[in-house]
Amino acid sequence: MTSTPASTHASMPSGQRSPNASPPVSPPAIELRGISRAFGPVQANREIDLSVMPGTIHGIIGENGAGKSTLVSILYGFYQADEGEILIDGRRVDIHDSQAAIAAGIGMVFQHFKLVENFTVLENIILGSEKGALLRPVLAKARRELMDIEREYELEAPPDAKIEDLSIGQRQRVEILKALYRQARVLILDEPTGVLTPAEADRLFAILRRLRSEGKTIILITHKLREIMEVTDTVSVMRQGRMLATVATAATDIEELAERMVGRKVSLQIDKPCACLGDTLLEVENLHIETGTETPASPLAGIDFSLRAGEILGIAGVAGNGQSELLEVLAGYRRAKGSVRIKGCEVALSGSGIDAGSRRAAGLAHIPEDRQGVGLVMGFSVEENAILGYHRSFGYGTGALMDRSAIRSEAKRHITQFDIRPPDPGRAARDFSGGNQQKIVVAREIGAEPDILLIGQPTRGVDIGAIEFIHRRIIALRDAGKAILLVSVELEEILSLADRIMVMFGGRIMGERPAKETDERELGLLMAGVV
Amino acid sequence: MSELAADLIPVLDSTLRLSTPLLLACLAGLFSERAGVFDLGLEGKMLAAAFFSAAVAFLTDSVWTGLAAGVLASVVLALLHGLASISFRGNQLISGIAINFLAVGMTAMIARSWFGLGGHTPALEGGSRFDALHLPFEGIVAQVPLVGPLYAELISGHTILVYLSLALVPMTWWIFYRTRLGLRLRAAGEAPDAVETAGISVVGLRYIAVILCGVLCGLAGAYMATGLHAGFVNEMTAGRGFIALAALIFAKWRPWAALWSCLLFGFLQALSLRPDLFERHFSIHLQLQLLDALPYILTVVILAGFVGKAIPPKACGVPYVKGGAG
Repeated sequence: MTSTPASTHASMPSGQRSPNASPPVSPPAIELRGISRAFGPVQANREIDLSVMPGTIHGIIGENGAGKSTLVSILYGFYQADEGEILIDGRRVDIHDSQAAIAAGIGMVFQHFKLVENFTVLENIILGSEKGALLRPVLAKARRELMDIEREYELEAPPDAKIEDLSIGQRQRVEILKALYRQARVLILDEPTGVLTPAEADRLFAILRRLRSEGKTIILITHKLREIMEVTDTVSVMRQGRMLATVATAATDIEELAERMVGRKVSLQIDKPCACLGDTLLEVENLHIETGTETPASPLAGIDFSLRAGEILGIAGVAGNGQSELLEVLAGYRRAKGSVRIKGCEVALSGSGIDAGSRRAAGLAHIPEDRQGVGLVMGFSVEENAILGYHRSFGYGTGALMDRSAIRSEAKRHITQFDIRPPDPGRAARDFSGGNQQKIVVAREIGAEPDILLIGQPTRGVDIGAIEFIHRRIIALRDAGKAILLVSVELEEILSLADRIMVMFGGRIMGERPAKETDERELGLLMAGVV
Repeated sequence: MSELAADLIPVLDSTLRLSTPLLLACLAGLFSERAGVFDLGLEGKMLAAAFFSAAVAFLTDSVWTGLAAGVLASVVLALLHGLASISFRGNQLISGIAINFLAVGMTAMIARSWFGLGGHTPALEGGSRFDALHLPFEGIVAQVPLVGPLYAELISGHTILVYLSLALVPMTWWIFYRTRLGLRLRAAGEAPDAVETAGISVVGLRYIAVILCGVLCGLAGAYMATGLHAGFVNEMTAGRGFIALAALIFAKWRPWAALWSCLLFGFLQALSLRPDLFERHFSIHLQLQLLDALPYILTVVILAGFVGKAIPPKACGVPYVKGGAG
């Protein structure tokens, strides 16, 4: 086994041959030579070299903006490389559009599925590869072929079900079947586990291993280091548009990969002192959302919990099980029935009395899940976003006029305290990276010095350096005696931050565990609704 | 009772004739919007087709040449819409509205310059108009009670474009639900990124849809000037393109439902021509203006959403940018 090369630009073949000791006679299933691509002044990919041997699972990791998406788009013909060449099974191919990529044997499973939701599984699978102009014979033939593929790879999907009725995991299997139906030999998956439960992710990995045993080559693009360690044979790290190193997975570990990815040492373990519990600040009893006029996607069916000063209560669960609705009710922009007490005072949950402003006045702040839609006005500058929702209470000006210089100095304070980059208070929120957008929101809500902080998906789409930073701030807030309710679909995040963990499923609390006494396995079962 | 039935047949007969331009335009909109291109310019395309079909039919004395000219004019405007909204990813609403204005001004101006009749074409006659087709055995079957008058007066005796528009309903259904092209068109209107990743050109599909839309609008306009009426009059489409859009929403973008909703609108238009019927049979005196307004009132009611939820194709109106969202 090779040890990981310390410098950049590792020469690929030497790092490649080690896994599984497979016979190195055949050419790489896919090989990139010197791929570069610029968008205006931004060099998204710089001289990327990569070679992946057939029948292996290769991981590519990198932070947001490292150039992974660009590379994927080049491989699938959405963009053309400025320079460099792509070889499939040793033959040079010109991938000028998706059709060419499919013809070259490349199949792609995108992070956001490319499925027509009101079409059936079978219709989605044949779309674009219909063998004939009339649908009936085409569908009948495809049905038989699909059954063969399903048998061969032990994968199944109900052919006549509409996509909109399928679970996320099933939709992903349809995407994989689509690629196999097009006879893909190289399957590329972009952030495939972002939306899956741990059980579904395990199932996906089993499918990938099965595909590997059938000789398929798999490229897994992710920022989740744990997955890389679990399922890949070899792994490459991307940073700032470059492919840094390719190593055998067995010869490295999570810490080392994280360090390479970020370019400095990062601590993934969060050290936190024991919680010193204070008064109960938030009490929730028998919370329901009425179905009817404004039917929510997932209704709440009787939620009870309480939250004390100085603790982080984590709410785990697969997205869409009522967590979002719970946050919206507590933050004051969704009606509900039941009882919520903030610092002992009952708050209105329905009627005209509910609004987010009065919740803020009561000492409750909210970092929304959807930062681009709810947390920020994307076209506003950092300054304007810095006072959003607090524009009345902070004394930013008198009456109808705003005091620009006071607002600017507040925004500058946020920028320095939260390391928002680039440090330009006049720049529009949409021109920042996901991590920095999140910092703008976090800075505002923490800056308001709330007693209770609701946090939804604090690190979704945020790169690892910013994750570390945001986690530290959350812990610091807890240690300052604030009460924190943390909703996240990332189990690791919940496990490392929370003191207590509740799991939501189907609008109910499935169970509560002290964070120290539980693990991913137990929580994963609760998340799937198994008690 | 039989008196009412006897009076009803002519009303249904004109329902059929008045529904025809609506149905053709509605199917035109269906092709375009099912593929993801919103089209407010149905009206303008119909108007341009009406003018050019009448003008060319008059000049050449051939209704078929006129029809071809009308369809061509409509397709040219459709391509303009395609260029603006597909190739240059402009705002589809604005492009559609611009085409309507363009058509109103252009037809009036050219009409004046060519014919000098204050914006209309000379009246068409003979070979420059579509004649009614008389179906076989009309005379014999007419003797049969009940069925006879229905066949002879209602079903028989329309121009070929009326029959064509009716035949286009099952054809459209068949194309959308039984052919590869239909599957792809529907996908382009629902999830264009799925189409592009499947290796098919969204731009190409949307151009096909827009051109088909132009052809159908062309038939609709030509029918108005050379079938329903005898010549072009300024702004003769009178909002029919918009009524067709309302009918399309009412039909929830489905071909058969489009037929029924266009027949409903056509029926209301036919009724407004016969206020005497209400007096005679129901002894109600209705204001003529109220009857005239009925189709437009129904349009408002439909667009205000009183007829249930109509969900348009998901990507309709959204310009497609390749590899965009990610």
